[in-house]
Amino acid sequence: MRTAAIIKRILRQLRRDKRSLALMIVAPLFILTLMRLVLDGDSYVPEIAVVDLPSPMVDALEEQEAEVHHMSEQEAHEELRNEELDAMITWDGSKSEVLLEGSDPTANGAVQQVLQQAMKEKTAQPAPEPELKFLHGSEELNLFDNTGPVLIGFFVFFFVFIVGGISFLRERTQGTLERLLSTPLKRWEIVLGYLGGFGFFTIIQSIIIAAFSIYVLNMYMSGAFWHVMLITFLLAVAALSLGTLLSAYANNEFQMMQFIPLVIVPQVFFSGIFNLETMEPWLRAIGKVMPLTYGGEALRDIMIRGKGFAVFSDEVYILIAFSILFIALNILALKRHRTL
Amino acid sequence: METVIELDYIAHSFGSESVIKAIDMTVDKGEIFGLLGPSGAGKTTLVKIIVGILKPSEGSASVLGTPMPSLEKMKNIGFMAQSDALYSELSGRENLDFFASIYGLSKSERKEKIQEVLEVVDLTSEIDKPVEKFSGGMKRRLSLAASILHQPEVLILDEPTVGIDPVLRQSIWKELKILKEKGTTIILTTHVMDEADKCDRLALIREGYIIAQGTPQSLKQGIGANTIEEAFLHYGSAVQ
Repeated sequence: MRTAAIIKRILRQLRRDKRSLALMIVAPLFILTLMRLVLDGDSYVPEIAVVDLPSPMVDALEEQEAEVHHMSEQEAHEELRNEELDAMITWDGSKSEVLLEGSDPTANGAVQQVLQQAMKEKTAQPAPEPELKFLHGSEELNLFDNTGPVLIGFFVFFFVFIVGGISFLRERTQGTLERLLSTPLKRWEIVLGYLGGFGFFTIIQSIIIAAFSIYVLNMYMSGAFWHVMLITFLLAVAALSLGTLLSAYANNEFQMMQFIPLVIVPQVFFSGIFNLETMEPWLRAIGKVMPLTYGGEALRDIMIRGKGFAVFSDEVYILIAFSILFIALNILALKRHRTL
Repeated sequence: METVIELDYIAHSFGSESVIKAIDMTVDKGEIFGLLGPSGAGKTTLVKIIVGILKPSEGSASVLGTPMPSLEKMKNIGFMAQSDALYSELSGRENLDFFASIYGLSKSERKEKIQEVLEVVDLTSEIDKPVEKFSGGMKRRLSLAASILHQPEVLILDEPTVGIDPVLRQSIWKELKILKEKGTTIILTTHVMDEADKCDRLALIREGYIIAQGTPQSLKQGIGANTIEEAFLHYGSAVQ
């Protein structure tokens, strides 16, 4: 009942503090939009060289949004290496072979889209699938699709960490924590009240951010929407419990900000936004102690690979375990303020 | 006289810093008991021990016959901290509503009690404004109102009149007297000497010790002083 009182109070405070609300919802949407614009320009027109390709196929290509150049194989190779072309299509008499420059995911995506469209719309009989080869890199989704799921998780984590941590910190600096501890409230009731109040709000935040990314920004999505929400919510709870825990070790808002490079930024590096495969195994292990690693992995399983709960259930349990650990530590940390 | 608060040779230290050295005192029901001393004397620490936020390193503190800290007894204690401890985004009424629900008051009880305490502290007209628009004095009164919502038997006030103009200070004292009439035991800390005269009994605190205690009258008479200030200086020099 007393926990309910705290939940109600926090929701009221959040409603008054429009700027923090905006920070938690609008800022992630804004940054995700920017990322999409930067990483996934829609109107990219690929430059494709065709070498001895049958003319119906060339015509089909030319009708797509692509600049088609006719040149010899040698010329094309040269220009491909100089990054003046995005792809080269050759014909060996029975099927086509596509060689992509490969270093720019945006261009790769555009070329493949053009090819698919051309095949589907213009060739009467089902043509054999063209063989894809890469000069650099390998076949991947585009960068925004690829990093998007982790970015959703990251922004939810980051903003909940900041807003949750600072509100708990202010509870201490403005003296209300001491005031609360002079009442019969138990320490766990305070911590759970915080979780409840912000938790309710983060559900709404998760829905908005996930829906915006998927339906407005067209982020690649092949899994269930509510699975995405489940993971972002669990990440938010982990962020909130970690933020409120760490706020015990900050004396003011500025010191809370100092946790960002220590706690938040490393998670970006280790959570899978960047490819870790070339990294030393012991360094990669650092990611194992970070909630975002598991959240990001689960979100990728859902959104990119379209997997079901069975595949990412381990991540779910680990995220819950992180939250329980942080909550327990926070209840203990409050002992510094009241022994009972 | 019924003893409400009993401190039995308590001492408290934060790490190696010893803040309270040996304090032994009792407070009777319906008294206004003043803890007088300069800042840094250990008044706030002492008050936190009585409230139950801190557990003394040595000795024992009991309130209404129960050793502190006790969550059960905290229901009967009202505490007004040195800082106003209010949520500035919320209106005055919402703040009171929150603290009332923490003490487990039902919705109708809350409504009734809030109205009652608002009349006591004379804040009825502007109570629906957000607290960040309140003046310093209004916040102080709201803070007092929040500490008496649950009708505590023991009311503990840490520097209740600090930074408050004389008119408001007088009105707060008037409110304290009303509460006293109703049987509330009140402990307050102050470093304002003339305020000490209004207390029923006083403990003069310096560097973690009680250097003297008694009624303001007896403290002055014992040494032929005219003011509490003189008495404080007298007892203080005797210690050194």
